[in-house]
Amino acid sequence: MPPQRKGAAARVSEDTEDLTRHPLQAILLADSFATKFRPITLERPKVLLPLVNVPMIDYTLAWLESAGVEEVFVFCCAHSKQVIEYLEKSEWFSQPNFSVVTIESHNSVSAGDALRLIYERNVINGDFVLISGDTVSNMSLTQVIQEHKERRKKDSNAVMTMVIKQSKPSPITHQSRLGTDELFLAIDPQTKQLLFYEEKTDSYRGIIPLDNALLGDNPSICLHNDKQDCYIDICSQEVLSLFTDNFDYQHLRRHFVKGLLVDDIMGYKIFTHEIHSSYAARIDNYRSYDTISKDIIQRWTYPFVPDVMFSGNSATHLEREGMYRASEIEQSRSAHIGPFTVIGKGTKIGNNSKISNSVIGKGCSIGSNVSITGSYIWDSVTIEDGCDIRHAIICDGVVIKSGAALEPGVVLSFKVVIGQQCIVPSYSKVSLYQQPTVEDSDEELEYADNSSGTVDSSITCTVDTLNREMMSETPASQMLSLHLSSGVEAEVHMEKYAYLGPGGVGHVWSICEGAHEEEWRHSVAPSPADKLAEAIQSLEDDLELLNLDGNALSVSGELKSGRNGTDSEDDDVEDSRDDSIYYEKEVEATFLRAVNENIKVPDVILEMNSLRLSYNMTSADCAGAIFYAMMKQALEIPHATAGELRKSAASIIDAWNKLLKFYSKEIDDQIEVIMKFEEMCLESVKEFSPHFSQILHLLYDKDILEEDAILRWADEKKDAEESDKVFVKQSEKLIQWLREASEEED
Amino acid sequence: MLEQKPLLSSLSLAFACFFDLRASKIEGSQATARQTAELLRSVISQQRVPYTNQAGALIDAVRAVGEQLIAANPVELAVGNIVRRVLHIIREEDLSLTTAAIAGFNLSAASDGDDDDDGEQDEHTVLSAAAVAASARNALRPPSLQTLLEDMPESVAIPHTSSSGGDSEGKSKSADKSSRTRRLKHDVIEAVNELIQDINTCHEQIAEQAVEHIHQNEVILTLGSSKTVLEFLYAAKEKKRSFRVFVAEGAPRYQGHLLAKELVTRGLHTTLITDSAVFAIISRVNMVIVGAHAVMANGGVIVPVGLNMVALAAQKHAVPFVVLAGSHKLCPLYPHNPEVLLNELRSPSELLDFGEFSDCLDFGSGIGSPLLHVVNPAFDYVPPKLVSLFITDTGGHNPSYMYRLIADYYSADDLVVRRRVALGN
Repeated sequence: MPPQRKGAAARVSEDTEDLTRHPLQAILLADSFATKFRPITLERPKVLLPLVNVPMIDYTLAWLESAGVEEVFVFCCAHSKQVIEYLEKSEWFSQPNFSVVTIESHNSVSAGDALRLIYERNVINGDFVLISGDTVSNMSLTQVIQEHKERRKKDSNAVMTMVIKQSKPSPITHQSRLGTDELFLAIDPQTKQLLFYEEKTDSYRGIIPLDNALLGDNPSICLHNDKQDCYIDICSQEVLSLFTDNFDYQHLRRHFVKGLLVDDIMGYKIFTHEIHSSYAARIDNYRSYDTISKDIIQRWTYPFVPDVMFSGNSATHLEREGMYRASEIEQSRSAHIGPFTVIGKGTKIGNNSKISNSVIGKGCSIGSNVSITGSYIWDSVTIEDGCDIRHAIICDGVVIKSGAALEPGVVLSFKVVIGQQCIVPSYSKVSLYQQPTVEDSDEELEYADNSSGTVDSSITCTVDTLNREMMSETPASQMLSLHLSSGVEAEVHMEKYAYLGPGGVGHVWSICEGAHEEEWRHSVAPSPADKLAEAIQSLEDDLELLNLDGNALSVSGELKSGRNGTDSEDDDVEDSRDDSIYYEKEVEATFLRAVNENIKVPDVILEMNSLRLSYNMTSADCAGAIFYAMMKQALEIPHATAGELRKSAASIIDAWNKLLKFYSKEIDDQIEVIMKFEEMCLESVKEFSPHFSQILHLLYDKDILEEDAILRWADEKKDAEESDKVFVKQSEKLIQWLREASEEED
Repeated sequence: MLEQKPLLSSLSLAFACFFDLRASKIEGSQATARQTAELLRSVISQQRVPYTNQAGALIDAVRAVGEQLIAANPVELAVGNIVRRVLHIIREEDLSLTTAAIAGFNLSAASDGDDDDDGEQDEHTVLSAAAVAASARNALRPPSLQTLLEDMPESVAIPHTSSSGGDSEGKSKSADKSSRTRRLKHDVIEAVNELIQDINTCHEQIAEQAVEHIHQNEVILTLGSSKTVLEFLYAAKEKKRSFRVFVAEGAPRYQGHLLAKELVTRGLHTTLITDSAVFAIISRVNMVIVGAHAVMANGGVIVPVGLNMVALAAQKHAVPFVVLAGSHKLCPLYPHNPEVLLNELRSPSELLDFGEFSDCLDFGSGIGSPLLHVVNPAFDYVPPKLVSLFITDTGGHNPSYMYRLIADYYSADDLVVRRRVALGN
């Protein structure tokens, strides 16, 4: 390394052209600095977890190698020994033209710390690729690095290029298919500069807080919600020093990217590069583990697929319907293996077992009459007869005794034993290790100290303290009839499942309160139908709210359009609403013109008719709108007292009697007029409210309203709420009088 | 086994090539074939040969590496072909040396069988090399008309058939002549070099025959892109033939576009059509000329996807369907072999845009598996009855003759590379 560093120092002083001659470097963070894969990550680092029977880090390294990266710095933190040991055993250290260097740290708690440490080591001497060891991709880096370099030449503030990919979020759950939150990006469509990055929004309301300055400074902005962040960044050296300068930067996105976007003093810019035909995704949670596994099986990540040997994986053959089989499989003739299944080397499958959409590792033994759907079973797992496993992750060395069943979303960590006939409830996580106590949420370590996890049991534990101590000494040993149930898990819904059946070994982790509701979102199991229905329901409620709130329309309108299947109806409602508002305005304007220019009634009727036709309105709407316009007109005439107002209204009604009559021939039309009037008095023109009954009477006198119309209106209002009845009460006398009159006639 | 240690060292040396092969980084059979041959040459040159049973040691070494190479990319049949060719070369060279040794036994005995008399030995082998090689090859072949007609001394043929059985004991007796120690390796490397040369020049050799097949004012149809086809057509044009080429684009990779561009830059009249328009156009076509991915022992061919359809259309209109294939593409396996039926399924992203369809590929809802599956096979199998003619670097052949041609290049012992190794271990 030393000669290179010297060379770098010398070259930096030279022309920027020379930068291109550096070997392409990459920083690979072999630690996610998150706890999403607990409890599995208590025992093994996330990057070594098998993804379709190959450790994740192999996908990343194989891609970096094929993309022409020459030097990779693997930053190991959690379980660094295991990572280094694995790399030493693998072929990665012996590659020509591809050097892998490990950097070990024990006290880094975030990506920020990692980058600061790497900066101190001073090994990066040019543009570099920054990724984490759980990224699967087959994209070519040539173009994006070219773009990055060209931008750098023009503008030295362009420090980072972020790779994004189109991927539509679910309209129902507002999640990407990788189980992450819906991502909103604002990008300048010309320069591809990233202007806004927001993962968690108030997505239910569809409102994104955009800075005014953003809209002011940029001539055009493209707002995307269908992009996926691939977590592949092409960074310049400055990025490392930025992390060192801002020692509070921890998270790459939450702190660093947002920090740069907000900070306009330094003027650092981030750009995006969208990939189309190639694949890139990062495993963030169990859902993305599931999704990316299936993408690999469906060959989107070609050539990094099971039947092409890209690392030390064993030879696997692809058979019809996407079945991948390694060698030396013992399969019973009556066993049925469905499509899109991967079976590892040396696995035995018993009679009448059914396996579909699953990945099964090396050396597993599966008994007879077992049913496995959508599950990920790692190496050396024993599944006895008659088990039913749906959408679960089962780590190395697990034993599932006969007749046990795993409900969707279960995660069984290493060497757990599930007893006979035991039913493990949905979304349970079972580990030999105790659940660590609730920590400071800022400290997102992949591992809490192993010791504290097991021995230091500060959980309010009431049962089996002795047993647990035995456990911590010999965690893997079989302890018969050990019914482990810590105080936490016994308390709630899990009560009846708190033990793992006779002979079961392991701790059922309790799910933190509140998180349980969200658990299904990130689980390996597909979202259950009832949760989806709930989400749809709440979505619809929100939309209704939006529709009532006229101001929100313009904002939500665009976002909504790309988002859901229930669009069509809502759009109709919205459109008609828009139309009626425009129509009313149109009518008002026409009427105003008629008054001012003294246009004769028949001509006005002609104009009104054409308006009515062009907006496709009923005559009831017309009557309502015209009456509204007339009342507005009456309000325009200056008036000192309420009496004057009433008089002017009366005079206008008098003058345009014929027009109104023309449109209110039917009883329904007349009722519409009354309703409109009522609405006006309630909302827009409160001045009329005291005169409601008088004007109603006036309309009746002028033969615009028939008594039937008024009576039916009164009847309709009978069941209404108290507040709606104000005007009915006000015109009580009139109604009373009308009723009596009609009775007399009878 | 004795050879295990040097074998491992040569393996580690070969890893660079493994990586390229297994990640399908090398495109095209020719490049793969050349790479494999070069790799095997370096394996052979690295291999330390024991005093006895040299051929056995070399064969074991090549097999061990070859097995891994084939496993690394089972779809690229050229790898297996070259491995078998090299094995065949070792056997042949060994045989010719044995014959030479026996023939020259009296001579070397007269000169005290010294190790240093290489000059004399060389002279002797040079004299008889051609005859010995011919007889040795015949010994490996099943009896054919040629062999029967050829006047061959029985005494030479018999020991070879026994030694070619792969047994070390029979051979070691005759092999203890130390004069052969260095020569075998040297000869094998020479022969592999010739093989590499053949692979490099196969385009030219095929293209030389172009004028015999393409006539004035003909219309030629091809699909996708093949270097061999390009050279073939260009060679005909060079010889002042004027003709038209229809290029079907070859979805989903659209290599036909590249071919059309290349043809036009070389001054040929070119028409580009979609794959689905082939049947509409075939009645105007005089000949279909395509490249192959691999030629099977029964005369069937593995070709880029879409060509079976073209072959059927050609048969319907009695248009000759001509396949160009370098000899490295001749595969001694029959297509009922599962290794072969195994198609290469490429990425679905060649067919459709992942982003646009990402909502159809959501695994997070429903039963956990998407309703949309995209399958993108790279190859088609065209049965021998649909092929009119093969043009290889050795000339034109009927599909029914392919197995004979293949017998010239491979020895029957090597057809299954893997099983022999498994038994040996």
